[in-house]
Amino acid sequence: MKLELSRVVKGSRLGVLKGLGRMGQHSLEVPGCLVYTHFGTVPHLTQDTLRTLKNLPSVTQVTLSDIAEHQEVLEEFRDGFRKFAGLPDTVLYCSLHDPAATSPTGYTTNKTVSVWGSGGRIELTVAKFMALQKTVQPDWYQSMADGETWQNNTSRKRVRKSVDRTLAHLDECLLVHQNSQELEGVEVFGMVEGGDILEERIRSARETAKRPVAGFCLDGLQTGSLQQDLRTQLTAAVTKELPENKPRLLQGVGRPDEVLACVEAGVDLFEGFFPFQVTERGCALCFSFDISPDSERAVLELNEERDAAGDLQQNGDLDEPTKMTYFEMNLKDKRYQGDFRPLVEGCGCYCCKNHQRAYLHHLLVTNELLAGVLLMIHNTSHYHSFFGALREALANDKLDLLKRRVLGRPGQTERKE
Amino acid sequence: MSLKKALKAASPLTLRIVAECQVTKARACDLILPHCSVSTPVFMPVGTQGTLKGITVDQLEGLGCQICLGNTYHLGMRPGSDLIEKASGLHGFMNWKRNLLTDSGGFQMVSLVELSEVTEDGVKFRSPYDGKEILLSPEKSISIQNSLGSDIMMQLDDVVSSTVTGPRVEEAMHRSIRWLDRCIAANKNPDKQNLFAIIQGGLNAELRKACLDEMTQRNVPGFAIGGLSGGEEKDDFWRMVTLSTDYLPREKPRYLMGVGYAVDLVVCVALGCDMFDCVFPTRTARFGSALVPWGSLQVKHKQYAKDFQPIDPDCQCPTCKRHSRAYLHALFKSDTAAMHHITIHNIAYQLSLMHSVRQSILEGRFPEFIQMFMKRMFPSRDQYPSWAVDALASVNVKLE
Ligand SMILES: [Zn+2]
Ligand SMILES: [Zn+2]
Repeated sequence: MKLELSRVVKGSRLGVLKGLGRMGQHSLEVPGCLVYTHFGTVPHLTQDTLRTLKNLPSVTQVTLSDIAEHQEVLEEFRDGFRKFAGLPDTVLYCSLHDPAATSPTGYTTNKTVSVWGSGGRIELTVAKFMALQKTVQPDWYQSMADGETWQNNTSRKRVRKSVDRTLAHLDECLLVHQNSQELEGVEVFGMVEGGDILEERIRSARETAKRPVAGFCLDGLQTGSLQQDLRTQLTAAVTKELPENKPRLLQGVGRPDEVLACVEAGVDLFEGFFPFQVTERGCALCFSFDISPDSERAVLELNEERDAAGDLQQNGDLDEPTKMTYFEMNLKDKRYQGDFRPLVEGCGCYCCKNHQRAYLHHLLVTNELLAGVLLMIHNTSHYHSFFGALREALANDKLDLLKRRVLGRPGQTERKE
Repeated sequence: MSLKKALKAASPLTLRIVAECQVTKARACDLILPHCSVSTPVFMPVGTQGTLKGITVDQLEGLGCQICLGNTYHLGMRPGSDLIEKASGLHGFMNWKRNLLTDSGGFQMVSLVELSEVTEDGVKFRSPYDGKEILLSPEKSISIQNSLGSDIMMQLDDVVSSTVTGPRVEEAMHRSIRWLDRCIAANKNPDKQNLFAIIQGGLNAELRKACLDEMTQRNVPGFAIGGLSGGEEKDDFWRMVTLSTDYLPREKPRYLMGVGYAVDLVVCVALGCDMFDCVFPTRTARFGSALVPWGSLQVKHKQYAKDFQPIDPDCQCPTCKRHSRAYLHALFKSDTAAMHHITIHNIAYQLSLMHSVRQSILEGRFPEFIQMFMKRMFPSRDQYPSWAVDALASVNVKLE
C-alpha cells in the first residue's frame, strides 16, 4: 500500500492510495470513502442493483461483528470471506465494529474485546481475533483495540488504560501476523485511541506510529460522542503526529459537514455508513456539492427544498446519529405524495433515472421493501459523488466554494437556537 | 358480415395458438397484449402495491417476466387512482414497460376487510384508513382499473369462499354475470384495455356450466376461472378446472386465478389453462423458502450453514450464479437483501418452469415432461398426490 499525495491544502490531503489488494492492482482516491456492507452486502442491494452504481470505491468494508459468529463456517470454507460472499474483485477491509451500530460498553477486559452479532456478544482474545483474520483473509484489517472511551466523562485513568491496552493488543496482533504465512501481504491498521484527552491522543498516535502499520484508524471520535470543534482539534493534533505517507481513516463520522471539517484536519478515509442511516429513516440525500460555475440556480432550488423539509438539525448539540440532518429530505412527508420529479434533478443514479418522489413516497408509506433498495442506490450514489466533488474541489482550489455549497448559502444565517 | 363481426370483436388482444399437445389439453400460445407479447403458459408474479417485493423493474424484466399483477384494492386506497392516472397509469407510476393485469379489488375486500357487505349494487366496506363507507360497484372497479391503465382488467365478481355451498353460491354466480355486463358497459378504454370475465359457480358442476354458458356469450377477450384455490378439496378443484376449459372457447386465453404451486401449474396446464398468478413464490421467499425442482429448500435451516452449493446448481438465476446456500443462510441474519436473493430465485424458478413446459409442448413431448417433472418433485411414485394422478389420467397421462 502506498499513498501518493498530489496536493496538501491547509491540512487537506489529495492523493491516491495505490497498490491495494494482494496483487496490488487496486487504488483508492483520497479523501475517500469505503463501501459499507452488512456481511459483505451493501444494505438492501443485490450485486445487480449495486452494479448500477458507477465509480464505486474499490474498497469494501466488512466487520467482525457480522462475521465472528460464522467463523466455523468460514474455516470450513477455507477460501476467505470475499469468495464466500460472492464479492467481485474488490479490496477487503475488515474492521471490528459496525460503524452504524452502537456497541454496549463495559465488556472490555485486559485481554479481550467484545463484538455483537445477531446471536449476541462474542468475546475476542488476540488469538481468536487473529484466527478470524486468517479465515476472513482481508487485504487490510484494523488491529484489536479497546475503543470504549467514546462516551462523555470517561475518566483519565480509563482513557490511559485504553491507550495502553490497545498498544498491547497491536503488538500481540503484529507478532501473530508476522508469524502467519496466511497473512503475508495483508496490511494492518493501528488504532489511535485517547478519548477526548489531548495528551493521550498524542501518546497513542506517537506510539502507534512507531509500529510497522500500513495506516491508522482514529477511534472514539464518532458522531454523537463529541462536538465537531473538539473533534477537529483532537483530529488535527493526532494527524500532526502521524507519518505523512500513511493513510488515516476516521471511524464513525459520515455527515458531510463533519467530513469536510475532518478532511481539513488531515483525515483521508471515511466509512461509508452515512447513506445507510439516511436510507433507514426514509430520507434521500439532496444537498448540493455542485461547484461548476452555473450551479447557482440548482443550489437555490435545493436549498428551498431543504428549508421546507421540516425540522432540520444544525450543528450545535451532540447529534443523535439516527436523527434527520440538514442534508436530506424526508420522503415520507405528505408534500411528496404527488411530486413527479426525481429525488434530485440531474442525478444519474438508477433511482432518479427511473422513479419519482411520488413513487418513493408511496413505497415508504406502504412499507415496501423496494423503498430501501431505491433509497440506498440514490443515497450511496449521491454520497460517493460528494466525495468526488470534494477531491475535485481540492484539486482546483475550490474547497471554500464547496463548503459554502454543502453547508448552505453564503450569508444564510445558521439556524442555531 | 364477417368483416363487421371481426371489427366488433376487435380488442387489444390477440391469441395465437402456436402448438397444442396431442395427448392432453395443453397449449402453447403467443398472447399479444398492448405492451408486449406474452408466451404462454405463463406465470404472473404479483406486485400488490405497484412493486414486487424489493425487486426493481429492471431485475424483473431481466428475469424475462412479460406480465405481472397489481392489486386494485390496495392501489385504489393508496396512492389512489387519481394520482396514478396523473402518473400515466400504473405503468408510469412504477415505470414498468411490459404488461400489467389488475384484479377487480373485490376479492381483497371480502378477504381483508371486515364488515364488508355484498348487495346488488356492489361490495360495501369501511375504509381501514379513514373509516369512511365505500361502495365498490362494478362501475367503480372498472373506473379505477381504467385509471390504472392495466393491459388486462378483471370484472368485479361476487366472491364466495369455495367451501361455501347452497343458494349463496348460485346467487353469487348469477350476480357475477350481471356484474360482468355492467363492467363491459363501464369500460372506457375497450380499445386499450382488455376486460376478462370470471367464471364462478363454486364446486357445483351445474352452476359452473350455467355460468360458462352465459359468460361465453359475452364478447370478452378472455376468461378467468375463479372461485377456486380457496381451501377446497383438490379433487373438486381439478374437476371444476377441467369442466371450465371444456366449455371455454379455444381461441381465447384462460386464466386460472390464484394458482402457483409447481405441481398445480403443470397439472392445470395439462387441463388447458394458459395463465396463472399466485403470491406464494414471493411471499414464501421472505421466510427463506427457495423453490427447487425437488420441492423447496429452507435456506434458514441450520443444515445449510455450511452448504457451499448454490440453491439449485442447475438454476441460471443471478442468485444461484453468485451465492451459496451457506452465504444466504448467514446473510439472513444481517440484511434484507437475503430475501431479495430468494425472491429473485423463486420468480426465476416459476418463469423457467413455465418456459420448460412451453418448450415441451412446442416439441410435442409434454406428457414425457410431466413424467420427469413428477419424478423429480416426489421421492417415489406412492407420494404422488392422488388428485394429480386422477387429473392427469383424465387427460390421458398415466403417471409411471
Ligand atoms: Zn439519484
Ligand atoms: Zn436460482
